Amino acid sequence: MLDLRLYMLQRITALIMAPLTLGHIAVMIYAVQGGLTAAEILGRTQGSAFWFLFYGSFVLAVSVHAAIGLRVILHEMAGLKGRSLSVVSWGIAAVLLAMGTQALVAVTWPGGAS
Amino acid sequence: MEPVTSQESALDGQGGTLEVSVWRGTSQGGGYQRFEVPALENQTILDVVSWIQQYVDATLTYRFACRVGMCGSCAMMVNGQPRWTCRTHVKKVLKAGKVQIGPLRNLPVIKDLAADMDPFFDKWVAAGGAHAPSATRDDPIPPVDPEDAIRVEASAGIECINCSICYAACDTVAGNPDYLGPAALQRAWTLLNDAKHDARDQILDAVSGAGGCHNCHSMGSCTTFCPNDLDPMSAIAGLKRETTRAFFRKGRR
Amino acid sequence: MSYARAHPLWLAFVLHRVSGLALALFLPLHFWVLSLALTRPERLDQFLGFTEQPVVKLAEFGLIFLLAVHMFGGLRLMAMEWLPWSAPQKTLAAGAVGVAVLISGTFFLQVV
Repeated sequence: MLDLRLYMLQRITALIMAPLTLGHIAVMIYAVQGGLTAAEILGRTQGSAFWFLFYGSFVLAVSVHAAIGLRVILHEMAGLKGRSLSVVSWGIAAVLLAMGTQALVAVTWPGGAS
Repeated sequence: MEPVTSQESALDGQGGTLEVSVWRGTSQGGGYQRFEVPALENQTILDVVSWIQQYVDATLTYRFACRVGMCGSCAMMVNGQPRWTCRTHVKKVLKAGKVQIGPLRNLPVIKDLAADMDPFFDKWVAAGGAHAPSATRDDPIPPVDPEDAIRVEASAGIECINCSICYAACDTVAGNPDYLGPAALQRAWTLLNDAKHDARDQILDAVSGAGGCHNCHSMGSCTTFCPNDLDPMSAIAGLKRETTRAFFRKGRR
Repeated sequence: MSYARAHPLWLAFVLHRVSGLALALFLPLHFWVLSLALTRPERLDQFLGFTEQPVVKLAEFGLIFLLAVHMFGGLRLMAMEWLPWSAPQKTLAAGAVGVAVLISGTFFLQVV
């Protein structure tokens, strides 16, 4: 159910996300000091090419990674297999990617919200 | 003369008794049946099963051969854990005078305690486990240095007795019936490192498919339960390493 | 899965699976809240105000713990698979949890 190709995809997205996750946690620790407001978050991220690339690659990697992980769980614990397993797991990847892209645009696109 | 402490005296009710539940039935259905078995100072789980078969119910089906931990045919589930029953002392596993004995997990049951080993051995072959010699009998015998790093990897797995305890212990096998399992993959790793084996690429292909080594979650139950202290988990990690290497080599080509 | 077969590496596997599943389920919610910035900014601020509650802070601590434990657990797996050392597995598994606690603890101290 996990062949070499999916395994490599899972490991490569994991390696991409390891530094991104550390960065994300660091940003969170810094950002939550003194409370969160939308203006504060967006003022930092909107129109920034760096944060667009940072969270853009994060969204792409996590959509693939989470879909493959859920594929394994759906097979081992829910008995899904064959074509339906593939359709569901790539469907999950597509939904996550769509939602993630929307969030990415909202947070980093120049003048997105204000 | 020494006092008699054999089975006969225990039969007379001199010693205590064990409360043993034994699985009766097949994959289609069945249940645990309770037996009272005389407790002896020294006895193995296999002794207990044999006693039931010889003195209480001759129809009890189980499998054994060597009784000394070499043939790998007597493995069963003992109190929910896979064990070689001929080398498992009752005293070690007894819980409040009780013990539960069942057929090996993750395999079909032929009858009672005899599991159908066909899927286990089919996967052994499917993982590339049949030896393909790299030379004929007319060629000179290539020297093998036992200290060689690659040979050390191969030697680490050759004491496998095909008992299927690792296969029964593995939760990945339980959830994913196509998964080749620890024993077959360790065999593949052994052959991959064997200088006298000729089918390296076939092995890498065989362990890279849908049921291959990449399904392993490294939970390590195989290594924890192996009665011969082998380490299939690390062998499977070796296969992941080599297939990854091959993946990047192919990518460059 | 059976308790009868529980041992340190098996527990590390369970932790990795549970944290991964929880993070995957949290992800859509996370994306949805952030996209409010585009569609309805006032709702986002309302939501961020809601996160000031102690219970939510505790949940955030839990999430960051899951994130950290999943990341270090995953790095441990890849180290074990790809690097030629494997003996101190249990120590590494325990270390992964330790570092995760440390990081999420730091976050927790920052917010309270």
